[in-house]
Amino acid sequence: MADNNANKQQPNGLPRIGFYICHCGSNIAGTIDVADVAKYAAGLPGVVVSRDYKYMCSDPGQEMIAQDIREHKLERLVVAACSPNLHEETFRKAAAKGGLNSFFFQMVNIREHASWVHEDKKAATAKAKDLARAAVYRVRFHKALEKQQVPVDPNVLVVGGGIAGIHAALTLANAGKKVTLVERESTIGGHMAAFDKTFPTLDCAACILTPKMSAVKSHPNITLWTYSEVSKVEGYVGNYKVTVKRKPRYVIEDLCVGCMECIDACVFKEPKFADKFNQGLGKRKPVYIDFPQATPKVVMIDPETCIQFKTGKCKKSCAEACDRKAIDFDQKEEVKELQVGAIILATGFKTFDAKKEPHYGYGKYPGVFTALEIERLVNASGPTSGEVVLRDGKHPKAVGIIHCVGSRDEKTNKWCSRVCCMYSLKLAHLIKEHSGAEVYNFYIDIRAAGKAYEEFYDKLLSEGVHFIRGRVAEVTDWAMTPEEEGKLVLRVEDTLAGFVRRVPVDMVVLATGLEPQADAQEVRRRFNIGCGNEGFFQERHPKLAPVNTFTDGIFIAGACQSPKDIPDTVAQAGAAAAEALVLIDAGHVELEPNTSHVVEEECCGCKSCVPLCPYTAITFDEAKKKAVINEVICKGCGVCAAACPSGSIRQNLFEDEEIFSEIEGVLGK
Amino acid sequence: MPDKPKVAFYWCASCGGCEEAVVDLAEDILKVVEAVDIVLWPVAMDFKKADIAARPDKSVAVAFINGAIRTSEQEEWVHMLRRKAQVVVSFGACANSGGIPALANQFKKEDILKFVYEDCPGIDNPQKIRPQTSTVDEGRTLTLPVLHNMVRSLDQVIEVDYYLPGCPPTPKIIMSAVQAILAGKLPARGTVLSPDIALCEECKRKDSKPADLALAEFKRPHQVQIDPEKCLLAQGLVCMGPATRSGCEALCPSGNMPCTGCFGPTSRVKDQGAKFVSSVFSNIVPKEEKDIDAVLDGIPDPIGTFYRYGLSKCILRRKLN
Repeated sequence: MADNNANKQQPNGLPRIGFYICHCGSNIAGTIDVADVAKYAAGLPGVVVSRDYKYMCSDPGQEMIAQDIREHKLERLVVAACSPNLHEETFRKAAAKGGLNSFFFQMVNIREHASWVHEDKKAATAKAKDLARAAVYRVRFHKALEKQQVPVDPNVLVVGGGIAGIHAALTLANAGKKVTLVERESTIGGHMAAFDKTFPTLDCAACILTPKMSAVKSHPNITLWTYSEVSKVEGYVGNYKVTVKRKPRYVIEDLCVGCMECIDACVFKEPKFADKFNQGLGKRKPVYIDFPQATPKVVMIDPETCIQFKTGKCKKSCAEACDRKAIDFDQKEEVKELQVGAIILATGFKTFDAKKEPHYGYGKYPGVFTALEIERLVNASGPTSGEVVLRDGKHPKAVGIIHCVGSRDEKTNKWCSRVCCMYSLKLAHLIKEHSGAEVYNFYIDIRAAGKAYEEFYDKLLSEGVHFIRGRVAEVTDWAMTPEEEGKLVLRVEDTLAGFVRRVPVDMVVLATGLEPQADAQEVRRRFNIGCGNEGFFQERHPKLAPVNTFTDGIFIAGACQSPKDIPDTVAQAGAAAAEALVLIDAGHVELEPNTSHVVEEECCGCKSCVPLCPYTAITFDEAKKKAVINEVICKGCGVCAAACPSGSIRQNLFEDEEIFSEIEGVLGK
Repeated sequence: MPDKPKVAFYWCASCGGCEEAVVDLAEDILKVVEAVDIVLWPVAMDFKKADIAARPDKSVAVAFINGAIRTSEQEEWVHMLRRKAQVVVSFGACANSGGIPALANQFKKEDILKFVYEDCPGIDNPQKIRPQTSTVDEGRTLTLPVLHNMVRSLDQVIEVDYYLPGCPPTPKIIMSAVQAILAGKLPARGTVLSPDIALCEECKRKDSKPADLALAEFKRPHQVQIDPEKCLLAQGLVCMGPATRSGCEALCPSGNMPCTGCFGPTSRVKDQGAKFVSSVFSNIVPKEEKDIDAVLDGIPDPIGTFYRYGLSKCILRRKLN
């Protein structure tokens, strides 16, 4: 360690600055002459102590800083080391330990910004000196700042009642937190409720899901709002104000017990309308319930098809049949407000619209189905009670499953939807089991990465299911041979055998991929989070913060983040619940003080800043005619400070004199 | 009775409007004349340089200097006035920040001279004669001042004690400055003698400014029937009010014209043009480059719009090559 500290006096009234440069083993010292930089810094104005040390972040390194602050009466601290992302907090604490305000400190990143990115030692050392000088010039203007603490509301909102939302809500509720679960459909359960079996264990989806659905309904800590949507989110981490619209189902939820006598009594004697839950394969009446285990078990009326809504002249036999008087044709949308500390988004996915691949004939040939339709067909409680039949009621003798429809395709979606291989295998097994048909899988690669997934694939191979490797070119009813008459023919290049096959089948199943929900963009804006290019919600870090978002207090779980299977979804939901618990149980959040504020007497009230804040932290005080920044919401992005045309917004740690002196420093000699 | 304080007025690169502004004090000028002795005022009275040079240093109470510094002569004069005066007031936009003359900093000196003496339509100069700093004619040497490469503000040449903003400063702020000087009630040195808050504060249209301007196109005053009540920015006109110091009582907006920024920025802003560009373009609607360009096409002369009075104080100094 070089001694650059021979009793320096401070002649010019500058604050007394301590400069420290870290070797970081050889990470920095291997490329930068740290002793030379320390010697150089010792001669900069204001610097009274300048040292280099092997590992500044180590306990002795920190202790040395604290000791020097006391001994040399240091008023400012500059540490040249690694990225502030890594150790800014470490040295802020070292400053505090020495009795110095943590923000009288500036960190210089000479590892990522110099030693790691340069090979020329001389030039890297010169650059380290430039960066050090900039920090020394800047730190003079630093001000003492304090971190603000705000309390966290212990209640949580979970948006989306699929398996992710259900699991997250139950985990939090079991930990004693009050949870509101908002679901836009009339029942929770999501996609999983429509599945028959789950891969690879082939356990019944309903058998494992419905107990959790009932647990949600009966849990004293969970408020369940179905047929409801979040319309507005205001506030900040720990203190969100959420507006929820509860759409009218024309049935009073508290009175209905789900006896379904109204359905029997409906003037429509037979179900007549396409049933959304069964993918349109079944029929329902205007008054209906999605499925027998729907939660809450409350019927609803579809005003589009109900005679009373359409003509006002129905005899309302449903209402007469209800001895609890639960039917209310005049029900209106309700708007509710909630106060929560954390929000978990588990808004799920939608499946690829198979009509966007017209060469597969979905919507054109009745024999072409989507995988979700088959899920309902093989389901014992589905429209055919589990019988695999074509739309004309005939039994298929041969079935072709086309993988990667709307996945791994430059023309549609580039990503792998991760679940289609496995659910295709599952459906192949179930179709064969239910119908005895020959089943052909047309795949690009089989992706069976998951616990017991490859084994499941092996099982299918031994069951006599056919696998043909190749992307299907088209599905056609144009027969070239007598055997193809009346069949759907899949034309495909078998890339293993090396020739083009024509495979005649009766039924085609399209393994449609997973996509972001149609309104994912609106939702992400409403909750002020980001999304990737493909539209799935963006996690804060792909590896180390997979359920956090860039907005504190808002977490994501399940397929809204990326396509994933049930085990991964549940794991992520648990993780999101745990992250929410961390936030709540800490009781408060500490806010970085790098926020902006409007200097009231300087603000002319031009409102230029108001619409620019990406966090809606700025409001206009109509009484005073001044802009006001809520520093708790402010994230310190600096947009307002840069845009204030009269310079009346100041941002802590980024005041003009700090920035200009830094520029002067880095450019100076 | 002691001598009345001595006052000097001087002009550099300016249009003469600042001199008009003094006359514009109307009957108030009599109070000024009563209270002071004017020792220099080239526009109105006859003085020679030697008269001022002969005065003892610091014998002039106040020198009001308008205009930007473009020539060696102006530079010599202001250095001399700095020596003779106890207080130097930078008077008007040109002295404060270069003003209209500073727009020349967009061009090289050579390009300017070439245009003015050779290429400008209407010039008849087949020998391409240019003014020379020294010419011998019939045995006599005639001199002209040197034209500097750059137009500078007064405070880039000498130390300035106070600033009166405006193109020109309004009678009201001139009078209050004069009264403050006579009464010896001056603020800290370096102060701009006008309220340190932006113009919207005193603009009658302020309440009609929407929170989100969402600018979809820019218009120039001659292209639009201007609503006399509504915020001019909200009408798509570039009004520099939010980036301009108040004190003029929103003269231009009251006259149904957008503010062009002559009072300069507030004390917190180094570069008025850059600041307003940063602000107003954050509020335009399009997000795609091509659509943004279409909006910007509505401002054919951005430097003349945003730096009409402030190019000497622009952080980017001037064109070198």
